[in-house]
Amino acid sequence: MSEFVYHGEVRNEPDSETCSDSEWTDYVFNRSGIPAVKKEWWCHTPSNIWFIAERDTAKDHVLRTYLYGEGS
Amino acid sequence: MPLRLIRYALSSKHHEPRMFTTHDRMKSSYDVVIIGAGGHGLAAAYYLARDHGITNVAVLERGYIGGGNTGRNTTIIRSNYLTPEGVKFYDASVNLWKDLSAEFDLNLFYSTRGHYTLAHTDSAVRTMRWRAEVNKHYGVDSELVGPDHVKKACPQIDLSCAGHAPILGALYHAPGAIARHDAVAWGYGKGADMRGVEIHQQTEVQGLDIQGGKIVGVNTSRGYISTGKVLSAVAGFTPRVTAMAGFRTPIFVHPLQAMVSEPIKPWLDPILVSGSLHIYISQTARGELVMGASLDPYELHSTRSTLDFTESLSAHMLEMFPFLSHVKVVRQWSGMADMTPDFAPIMGKTPVEGLYLDAGWGTWGFKATPISGKTMAHTVAKDEPHPLITGFSLQRFADFALTGEKGAASVGH
Repeated sequence: MSEFVYHGEVRNEPDSETCSDSEWTDYVFNRSGIPAVKKEWWCHTPSNIWFIAERDTAKDHVLRTYLYGEGS
Repeated sequence: MPLRLIRYALSSKHHEPRMFTTHDRMKSSYDVVIIGAGGHGLAAAYYLARDHGITNVAVLERGYIGGGNTGRNTTIIRSNYLTPEGVKFYDASVNLWKDLSAEFDLNLFYSTRGHYTLAHTDSAVRTMRWRAEVNKHYGVDSELVGPDHVKKACPQIDLSCAGHAPILGALYHAPGAIARHDAVAWGYGKGADMRGVEIHQQTEVQGLDIQGGKIVGVNTSRGYISTGKVLSAVAGFTPRVTAMAGFRTPIFVHPLQAMVSEPIKPWLDPILVSGSLHIYISQTARGELVMGASLDPYELHSTRSTLDFTESLSAHMLEMFPFLSHVKVVRQWSGMADMTPDFAPIMGKTPVEGLYLDAGWGTWGFKATPISGKTMAHTVAKDEPHPLITGFSLQRFADFALTGEKGAASVGH
């Protein structure tokens, strides 16, 4: 486990030029705190490879991993 | 056993009173429903009944009393925080703590030990000095001390920490204390129960009935209850409650683990915390060392324990106290910490009328139990936030007015 570092859920940044203040604060601060299967950023530190893991945050089961742009 | 003693045991006139009343059924409606029978929820119920005369209250608990983070923390009580909001709030809490045993007629083993936050780097010394000055400004007993002060209070410590993290100084907080955590929930629960509050264990809230932006009832595993006011005091389950209510918060959940050693002779009087080594440690009245470290490094809604945690915490413990190498760890556990981005709680009103949050307690909730109960009772009774908690509103994020408390979190996260 110590080779992998968690970098939070994959989130889509709204266009800061056109979005409303509430959309922006929601993006900056709010999180999906409930347990679910989530897409997350992880990094394998020895190789510095960033990838996406789909993980069940209730059971700590990793269901899939893939590089950015390769998954669906 | 002499017969005259058995007479008392069998007599209904001299029965041992139960701590809590068992209620066979719930009423169809309450003035206030509190979700969560931990220390915070029960304290709020207690102060609602005692200070505001609101006794038609149900506390709903899906597990058992004090079985969540109330019984999973490392019981440290202190008020040497960094922000004015935090210092005033936690100092009010320490003042309430001191009288609780007498108030409940129940021994909480509240024990004032003195609390050292160790600094191993120049920048940590600077933060300690900053905290000491803020603390003193608000009348809190707090000072920056040198390594000799630490050594005098705890002669067993290796001040060099195995040579690679020498202690340069510490923030010393004389009122720092520990208490028996379960008893706090029991004391508040008993006091609320005596005043007419109903505590329903094994009762899970499964939905909130919200009509026109206003709370009108809750669905539970034992049926529907109508109510105009709901207080959520559920720590790591908060995101599930706010999801039922249909709004988002910055709260994210990581496990926080802790462990205890076998009981050993009393040798450690003060409470020691090291941010750099990721350690906090104290010795209980029965001799166990209670030890904690930092948050687990990723989101998880589970109370599982890991060997990683035990190994790394033990290694750091031995750097500070090499003589503990033969002492055994007997138990470890974990709680679900509801973290916030600024390390301050989220308390008060929500976008749903009649729904109040007591949440975002992360790794700092136990010490706040009395004052959070008192201020949330005020907030629920008057429908406006208590002056001590206005800096902790959910709205602060939308206003970009955070209450940055990270520098005072006991261990670097």
